[in-house]
Amino acid sequence: MRFDLQVIASWIEPGSRVLDLGCGRGSLLGHLRDERQVRGTGIERDEDKVLTGIGRGLTVVHGDMNEEVRDYPDNAFDYVILSQALMQVFEAEALIKEMLRVGRRAVVSFPNFSHWRHRLQMLFKGRAPVSRELPYEWFDTPNIRVITLRDFKRFCEMLAIPIRKECAIRTHHHEESGKIVRFKPEIFATYGIYLLGQPGEKP
Amino acid sequence: MHALTGDSHAAGFYEPSDKQPGWWDIMIGPGKGMDTDRYFVICANVLGGCMGSTGPASVNPATGKPWGSAFPVVTIGDMVAAQKKLVEHLGITRLLSVIGGSVGGMQALEWAVRFPEMVASAVPLATTTKHSAQAIAFNEVARQAILADPAFCGGDYYESGIPAHGLAVARMIGHITYLSDEAMREKFDRRLQDRCDISFDFEADFQVESYLRYQGGKFVDRFDANSFLRMTRAADYFNLEKAWGNDSAVAAFTRATCPFLVVSYTSDWLYPTYQSKAMVQAMKKNGLDVSFVEIEASFGHDAFLLPNERMTKLLQGFLDRVHGSLHEEGGHAL
Repeated sequence: MRFDLQVIASWIEPGSRVLDLGCGRGSLLGHLRDERQVRGTGIERDEDKVLTGIGRGLTVVHGDMNEEVRDYPDNAFDYVILSQALMQVFEAEALIKEMLRVGRRAVVSFPNFSHWRHRLQMLFKGRAPVSRELPYEWFDTPNIRVITLRDFKRFCEMLAIPIRKECAIRTHHHEESGKIVRFKPEIFATYGIYLLGQPGEKP
Repeated sequence: MHALTGDSHAAGFYEPSDKQPGWWDIMIGPGKGMDTDRYFVICANVLGGCMGSTGPASVNPATGKPWGSAFPVVTIGDMVAAQKKLVEHLGITRLLSVIGGSVGGMQALEWAVRFPEMVASAVPLATTTKHSAQAIAFNEVARQAILADPAFCGGDYYESGIPAHGLAVARMIGHITYLSDEAMREKFDRRLQDRCDISFDFEADFQVESYLRYQGGKFVDRFDANSFLRMTRAADYFNLEKAWGNDSAVAAFTRATCPFLVVSYTSDWLYPTYQSKAMVQAMKKNGLDVSFVEIEASFGHDAFLLPNERMTKLLQGFLDRVHGSLHEEGGHAL
């Protein structure tokens, strides 16, 4: 399992109810079910991935996460996870608010746009960054949001959403190993992972 | 649960000389979606049909003649109530899963809502909680074809001869709704049947015409017009939301407790995906455990009956999970 997912899994209390937005083939949900007795649901827009997920005994709904999340009642889940998908979400603020409506906690992870490699590409080549974490050119990228660790924290502050846990890591997409970055994460981390509480709640 | 014109012969061959296996042989059998090495599969003829369970062609004990026009219009609820009696008769208190496509899917939904304590999971495929106006419209035209056949005689035709032409036309209409524009284009396009040019008369020039005539003719040999009228009526009248939720799907599913697997097919224009999505939404609002997938298929409504490797894995995975969680509950030897 991807290193960022391992970090997320370590944050989930055993026996809790989890909604995974953009669950893919369900590797995180499968892990949480087997290792942490989690009752999980995934939302995924790709038919093949949905079939794989249900085929391995997971609960998965085929559809668009922005729409599907709206049907769940308040507090239906303990955790709602959005892993490496925020940069593709059109209405990011609305989605994160929905996540915190249907879930007690939200977990969000995304690639750090202010990583030093990205900074250098901008500075010296004058080109939009292309990296292992963000491997697309400007004309074919599905990523419509540019997010840095600082920007995300500022965003949470603005909405009075407490960050209950955070973890900056260095890894790349398909690697199962990685390191937690403590020194200047906004420069050296490739991903940020955040555990969010309810707006107004004390951290 | 079988669909509109299916029967209890769901899988395998009864006689070595049978040309065709049961109607869902692709999904039921050793190692298949419903693995008969692991699960016991029950499929009963529906009430009001003509393949075994009591229907309009059955003999009315009071008169010694077929019920015919005297046979009532039964509902999906009646069919499910009869199935429950069968299941109880077999000494079964809980079903691992109630699975059906189309009108069979309606029965699966009805089971989950009417007898929640007996249903450990439900799999409604290519179905709806209520017919659209379009679905009712097609059924109405099909029924009119039968009612307008002079041989119909108000439904009491068992001695005088069946309304064969009306029933064949009704089936032809049905077949149009089971396919799709794309499926027909692939299968027939505008190809001609056994001729080089159009005939300028009303013979079956086109392959699609020939196909529909063939299907219609074949149907007459195995199905009863009175049953067809009642089956289509039952499907039109089916309204889970009205029956159990005062016209609210969300309210109707408050009765259900089991996990669901809902499947729709992209080219199904009889029960389009939006109808499956609506039931999934109502289930989610009730906090039910629901999985849903819209499968890309070009064959229209009939897609659930066709071989599909993906569907097999899907069902296996779902049933395996339900089976496992029942064992954890510790009890029911299913």
